[in-house]
Amino acid sequence: MRDAPPDGNLGGNAAAAAEPAIMVRDLVKRFGEVGAVDRIDFDVAAGSTTALLGGNGAGKTTTLSMLLGLLLPTSGSVRVLGHDITRDARRVLPRMNFSSPYVDMPRRLTVRENLTVYALLYGVSDVAWTIARLSEELDIADLSRRPFGELSAGQRTRVSLAKALLNAPSLLLLDEPTASLDPDSGDWVRTYLERYRKRAGATLLLASHNMAEVERLCDHVLMMRAGRIVDSGSPGDLIARYGRANLEEVFLDIARDRRPATEDAP
Amino acid sequence: MTGGSSMVRIGAVMLRHLYILRSSWPRLLELAYWPFVQMVLWGFMTLFLVRTSSWFAEAVGVLISAVLLWDILFRANLGVALTFMEEIWARNLGHLYVSPLRPWEHLAAMMSLSLIRTLISVLPAALLALPFYGVWVFDLGLPLLGFFIGLMVFGWSIGLFVASLVLRFGQGAESLAWVGIFALAPLSGIYYPIDVLPGWLQPVAWALPSSHVFEGMRSVLLGDGFRPDLLAASMALNGVYLILAGAWFLITLRIARVRGLLLQQGE
Repeated sequence: MRDAPPDGNLGGNAAAAAEPAIMVRDLVKRFGEVGAVDRIDFDVAAGSTTALLGGNGAGKTTTLSMLLGLLLPTSGSVRVLGHDITRDARRVLPRMNFSSPYVDMPRRLTVRENLTVYALLYGVSDVAWTIARLSEELDIADLSRRPFGELSAGQRTRVSLAKALLNAPSLLLLDEPTASLDPDSGDWVRTYLERYRKRAGATLLLASHNMAEVERLCDHVLMMRAGRIVDSGSPGDLIARYGRANLEEVFLDIARDRRPATEDAP
Repeated sequence: MTGGSSMVRIGAVMLRHLYILRSSWPRLLELAYWPFVQMVLWGFMTLFLVRTSSWFAEAVGVLISAVLLWDILFRANLGVALTFMEEIWARNLGHLYVSPLRPWEHLAAMMSLSLIRTLISVLPAALLALPFYGVWVFDLGLPLLGFFIGLMVFGWSIGLFVASLVLRFGQGAESLAWVGIFALAPLSGIYYPIDVLPGWLQPVAWALPSSHVFEGMRSVLLGDGFRPDLLAASMALNGVYLILAGAWFLITLRIARVRGLLLQQGE
């Protein structure tokens, strides 16, 4: 059994601003004739953990890509940490980061080399100390000399998370943060993320297919289907409204276009 | 805790590629291998021609110098294109472009890496030409520096153009990094004067910075002296091509952001 994640101060921005960490207004993304995201509006409160849920093709990855500035919207606006991401990305990018098992890091570089390169890219002031601390906290110190491409999927997920935390981001976007992890490692990472959010006052937005994870971590849930946000609320609120036992059943109801139980009541 | 300057970010991208070079001696060897083989091949060709041609007898180093200078252009192009494609193969573009790295910093890193790769490639062959054939390419003197810069910058422009095509059209365009530049070889007058070309083709040739460099090289080696007009024309054309290639790369990057190509690229 692994030790509990450490609880030291990571030095992030603890001040919870009044303005939401993310403000999305009337956001549309079309690829030619195909609509990927269709006029969505949502806020993510500063210091909260929010989940973006939906089936395959619902528009989650497209939305996350627009929040990261990797994808330009067809129309609408995205404000991240008080700035328009399409115009002022340079002001925002040093304060945010992301992790995804679907975006690789250079495979021939060792873990330490990868983390060094990204620490420099993010302007981390004490590169060696930061990498040593994160390596210890995320239990990847033993992997430091191994090429990233030789790691197991679970090890890669932890290294990718270390990369995402190098700059102690105020906003952390996570795509499937515990994908490929065994239950013990998954639980450990979830505990780590919860503690990181509290210590750093950070905002977390995650896309996940693990509903138990979302129930445990998230204050707020945004449900997407066919490019639209079709419902939102706290996990408990959604479970109550749909009259279900857990969020997985709510997810299935929404994915299959079933109405909340409260709407069916006379 | 975080901040960072352009120089540090450019250095970070360079470090990422230097780590790969450092960890793989076959890669380092391969960089120097082809220029050396070319030099050996054309060196023996020169020895043969010197015996049979009075023109070559007067200009022993022309062919070997041309081979080495052509390799500068070829390697400069590959240095930029391969550095960019390495990020695509590693599926790393997404990470790079959500970091504070600015596109122009990425360009600067690719060009700097191209310079390093080119020096690793060409210097050993240039040095070995002396014991093999008694040709010391550095006898070209200061003009050699101008020729080197002229060919490096043109190579960067071509490499940026190829990188843009790969970003826009995917990995099917990768082979252009190796074959595309050879379309310019006949027009660059590497081994023969531009006036050998048909009249209608000569203006096209003179629109290439490389033609001015190779013409200038022959002028020095054949005893006609250094031609500053040729070097100036080469630099002016290079300025235009580099601006166009850089602008094309940035436009393509914007198109990639519109079409979602930055996350889709990869093996």
